[in-house]
Amino acid sequence: MKAMGKVFKYGSNVDTDVIIPARYLNTSDVKELASHCMEDIDAEFVHKVKDGDIIVADKNFGCGSSREHAPLAIKGAGISCVIATTFARIFYRNAINIGLPILECPEAVEKISAGDEIEIDFDNGVIRNKTKNEAYQAQPFPAFIKEIIAADGLVKYVAKS
Amino acid sequence: MGMTMTQKILAAHAGLDKVEAGQLITVNLDLVLGNDVTTPVALKEFDKMGVTEVFDKSKVAIVPDHFTPNKDIKSAEQCKLIREFAYDKDIENYFEIGEMGIEHGLIPEKGLVVPGDVVIGADSHTCTYGALGAFSTGIGSTDMAAGMATGKGWFKVPGALKFVLTGKPKEWVSGKDVILHIIGMIGVDGALYKSMEFVGEGLQHLSMDDRFSIANMAIEAGGKNGIFPVDDKTLEYVKEHATKPYKLYEADEDAVYDGVYEVDLSQLEPTVAFPHLPDNVRKISEVGDVKIDQVVIGSCTNGRIEDLRVAAKLLKDKKVAKGLRVIIFPVTQKVYLQAMQEGLLETFIKAGAVVSTPTCGPCLGGHMGILAKGERALATTNRNFVGRMGHPESEVYLASPAVAAASALTGKITNPRDIE
Ligand code: SF4
Repeated sequence: MKAMGKVFKYGSNVDTDVIIPARYLNTSDVKELASHCMEDIDAEFVHKVKDGDIIVADKNFGCGSSREHAPLAIKGAGISCVIATTFARIFYRNAINIGLPILECPEAVEKISAGDEIEIDFDNGVIRNKTKNEAYQAQPFPAFIKEIIAADGLVKYVAKS
Repeated sequence: MGMTMTQKILAAHAGLDKVEAGQLITVNLDLVLGNDVTTPVALKEFDKMGVTEVFDKSKVAIVPDHFTPNKDIKSAEQCKLIREFAYDKDIENYFEIGEMGIEHGLIPEKGLVVPGDVVIGADSHTCTYGALGAFSTGIGSTDMAAGMATGKGWFKVPGALKFVLTGKPKEWVSGKDVILHIIGMIGVDGALYKSMEFVGEGLQHLSMDDRFSIANMAIEAGGKNGIFPVDDKTLEYVKEHATKPYKLYEADEDAVYDGVYEVDLSQLEPTVAFPHLPDNVRKISEVGDVKIDQVVIGSCTNGRIEDLRVAAKLLKDKKVAKGLRVIIFPVTQKVYLQAMQEGLLETFIKAGAVVSTPTCGPCLGGHMGILAKGERALATTNRNFVGRMGHPESEVYLASPAVAAASALTGKITNPRDIE
């Protein structure tokens, strides 16, 4: 499985309230959620994002509430992967459970700039920066989590077992 | 190598003699919780899992608290969805408005969590129940769905940070100040993926309400859970509220911690978190001149009876500052009633505050006290992120009920000591 796209870059502690503000949580419609994704810190995001694009952020991405609406909004906006130095733990498991690929890779976060073209190979965790002609190695997933991803999320994993 | 208190509870629920930090395990759940925001998403996933019944009707709890009493048509539709599910599946612990409260006040009060339990909730502040010596943690909607379907959940066994509390807090210093101080010390990701275990002789000076508000904000330090050892105060609370059997776990003497911090409670001052992160804290003496437009006292962090008593003590026979809006929302119907019987509500209303029915309301910028552009609130809630209580250009400052009540009288952030 591969992903390819342009990078949107953010800092540390991007919380779930800015990923999808609570004022929109009276719905669980993914398209509607996606149309407000990131609007409180980057009003341009939803207008610029294209299918396959990638979010790169620093520490503790997705901190705050347990709302699964946050990874759903990001996925719904067309983002193919989030790369961060670290993720807040509830966001981390939610992303895996709904099938939004995420990678922890401090080196990639340090070196990638906004707008870079990135290609990710999920099988080996290699992130290629086509703009800068560099490559970075991300932490591969543990086996158990790979199984959930291979089953296409927790729902199918549970249905299967 | 010994285990932490959290690791012991997890090992027992995984049917293992021993677990280590980093190990992936599947555990049996004693309670699965959801609210009106997270449950609708969980129900979609539940349907896809190909099951028709929940694993145990007495071990699922659903509390519509975020946008209730319903604030608009969309939230009414969401609540309708979960109400119908609850009745259809005979969920024993579905609480309609009238008997409800904010979930993290309500669940312990209803005796649904006891020491030694493993609880997951599709709400990040599920970590609150660690005050009772249980392992409880927030998860997402898909995890909630899987938990309801199977009664099991997957976890990576966490490492732990130990906080040794010593000394006796000064007047006007509460659990909220303790946790704000700790978050300021270690940062909003200081406990990422880890347990926060609170121990030490200082615990004897912290009431259950203090402990609930400390455990509540473990997530604000990135923690997986916060947990307290079980002592006489815990057991008294459990006996008063619960009938379920409980089990006591203690950390091993040689348990391994990733960090140990000493906190001398006698040295703490009332503490305030400035926008826009809970670790941006200052002691009350260093706050300076911060004018406010709104004060909010309540939430799952600080809407319990002691919180309201402290606020009433300061507001008694006084008036809130002119032009300031003061909103008080008790955490549950029971606390609301108790506050009424003790005359606290009368104090609040005479002082010029409004008292709301239990609801998450303004805490997450839902309803009942949204901020306009450029406005500032001082709140006893737990998050001050950008846009949390309304307009993205509004500000939220976090503090204890004592600081909030003192500030309600002056219209700026004020040390309760300075109120006579
Ligand atoms: S009171 Fe606030 S923090 Fe607590 S459950 Fe409600 S929205 Fe969440």
